[in-house]
Amino acid sequence: MQYGEAIRRGFEFAMDEDPSVILLGQGLWSPWYVGNSMTNLEKQFGYERVIDTPVSESAVTGAAIGASQCGYRPVVTHPRVDFALLAVDQIVNQAAKWNSMFGGGAPVPAVFRLIINRGGEQGAQHSQSLYSWFAHVPGLRVVVPATPQDAQDLLVAAIRCDDPVVYIDDRWLYDLESEIADPPPISLADQGPLVRRPGGDVTLVGVSWTTRLALEAADILESEGVDCEVIDLRVINPLDLAPVVESVSSTRRLVVAEGDWRSCGIAAEVIAGVLESVEAGCLVAPPQRINIVEAPAPTSAPLEAAYYPTVDDLCNAVRRTVA
Amino acid sequence: MTRTHTSRLGPLIDPNEFNEPLDLEGISVEQVEHWLRAMTLIRRAEESIGRLVESQEARCPCHLGIGQEAVAVGVAGLLRPTDPSFGAHRSHSHFLALGGSVDELMAEVLGKVTGCSRGFGGSMHLRDTRNGLMGTVPIVAATVPIAVGAALAMKLDGGDGVAVGFLGDGATEEGVFHESLNLAASQALPVIFVIENNLYSSHLHISDRQPTDRTARFAEANEIDTQVIDGNDIVEVTRQMGELVTMAREQRRPALLEALTYRWRGHVGHREDEDVGVERTDNLAAWHQRDPIGRLSEGAIEFGLLDRQRIDAIDREAVDSVESALDAARLADFPPLDDLLGIVHHDSRNA
Ligand SMILES: Cc1ncc(C[n+]2csc(CCOP(=O)(O)OP(=O)(O)O)c2C)c(N)n1
Repeated sequence: MQYGEAIRRGFEFAMDEDPSVILLGQGLWSPWYVGNSMTNLEKQFGYERVIDTPVSESAVTGAAIGASQCGYRPVVTHPRVDFALLAVDQIVNQAAKWNSMFGGGAPVPAVFRLIINRGGEQGAQHSQSLYSWFAHVPGLRVVVPATPQDAQDLLVAAIRCDDPVVYIDDRWLYDLESEIADPPPISLADQGPLVRRPGGDVTLVGVSWTTRLALEAADILESEGVDCEVIDLRVINPLDLAPVVESVSSTRRLVVAEGDWRSCGIAAEVIAGVLESVEAGCLVAPPQRINIVEAPAPTSAPLEAAYYPTVDDLCNAVRRTVA
Repeated sequence: MTRTHTSRLGPLIDPNEFNEPLDLEGISVEQVEHWLRAMTLIRRAEESIGRLVESQEARCPCHLGIGQEAVAVGVAGLLRPTDPSFGAHRSHSHFLALGGSVDELMAEVLGKVTGCSRGFGGSMHLRDTRNGLMGTVPIVAATVPIAVGAALAMKLDGGDGVAVGFLGDGATEEGVFHESLNLAASQALPVIFVIENNLYSSHLHISDRQPTDRTARFAEANEIDTQVIDGNDIVEVTRQMGELVTMAREQRRPALLEALTYRWRGHVGHREDEDVGVERTDNLAAWHQRDPIGRLSEGAIEFGLLDRQRIDAIDREAVDSVESALDAARLADFPPLDDLLGIVHHDSRNA
């Protein structure tokens, strides 16, 4: 099953098991906006539960929070991260703070699903991922599934979770295909980074789409005799770096790939967190980070090609650590 | 679906109404020729862009406004190059109507450095300050408050400049549109909001999104003067927008024009049969009868202003200039890679 279909399966599962789950957002009935991740859910579960909304991101997101206070478990889909920026007040000032600012006991069981949908010469306002913006905010849980199984499981866990969750999926993963099992009874609070590929030479960390690149890079590097341990972060808020620290303690080399800007990014956070926790002198090479170019996304084809990191860039970064 | 919708636009939304040749009583040949030339150029340029999308030579998302040309051309005819204006994702028409170069438009769509945004914007990010177009962007409603700010500058300047913001009916659903109306009215700012109500936002008809279809109601709530018109009638656009522009210039306050129109192509891309992957069910053939260009041409013939030959010649000129623009765009370079970092800031001292 493909990643996009796995998201749909997650929705189906969650809506079947819990009638209080409702879906809202602009473009839910359109494959241009949501790909194959929500196909015909409105027909299956009814237009009352799958609402394609006016172009009103802020109101729709606030409405999800409101419904969450009255017994529902809403999922708002923003078909581009960029559009969700119109709803940031509701996500950051309201949902993230709600439980704490009322002294606890005020859960917000709502999911804000943001789709990264970039490339295709769409340019500056249709290309952002902004992982670290949301990872920065206490009170939110932020999940970034990199595999079809996680796309389904983390969605179901997010919907079952009593905290506000930002679920960020990436259209560049929608064609990833694998067998998938039914969602396990997991709690999102227990989820964190996973080793996707064990290896002894270099720790290579991915965030969502870059996990895919990391696994491809690891295959190439294997043929050169470099054995990468690939870690998929999966949950970037709260960020549990223990598995990365453990890996780096044995590989003593760290490369982090993030399909987002460098400055104050997740890669920076991972490197800082690891350095705080490993023994002094553990690293035998400077840590490396791979990011997108520190500029708004361009449109023209050659510039767009230069803008995003490639498997080659990851391989070269790993090579630098073993040179 | 338990939604309610009451139409308040009456015949304005009926494709079988307003399809007669235009009444051109009292209008000069020069004026009619200008309108026809401008609208035909937009039509032919967008048809060409549609073919580029179909062949995948153009890769950026292209939102075609074929069928909506009269609004842009009518409004642009009332503005000065010093009047700042702003658009959105569907703004090829605004760019060309205001006097933008078709060479620069075609180059921009292909991502070439000779484009109006130097190949950094593509179809959705156009700018042409020589003609007052300060920017068109695809975040829905984003330029509405920016147009209000331009109007603030016009007011502070003390002259009689006005700002114009083009937007769609979908954009009236964003909160910032309402904030902008209130701000413009409470501060008495000379901005004219031009709503091209084409009844759709992506795949959703306005009846699936709003309790009624007359978006001018929001202006009335803010004591802003409005006109609600057939946007496929360039005479009417010119007349009614003309009054609003004059009022804004003289009385220094906002106004809103709601121009009813219809786009012939899907929300994005070249196809006529779908909006963002959702099948279109409207009667497109009937809307073709309400063609703003056809009605102007027929009116021109009926009133003895232009003959068929002249109309055909205008069309050929448009086709030729689009063709040569495309040829040049194909030969042009992409922007240099260095610019990716080089233009992030305008002031490059720290770059
Ligand atoms: C903030 C934001 N939300 C959603 C979108 C997706 N989107 C692009 S165009 C559009 C429709 C806007 O409709 P309207 O304002 O009526 O303009 P039209 O397309 O009819 O010209 C939508 C929803 C967007 N670009 N920006």
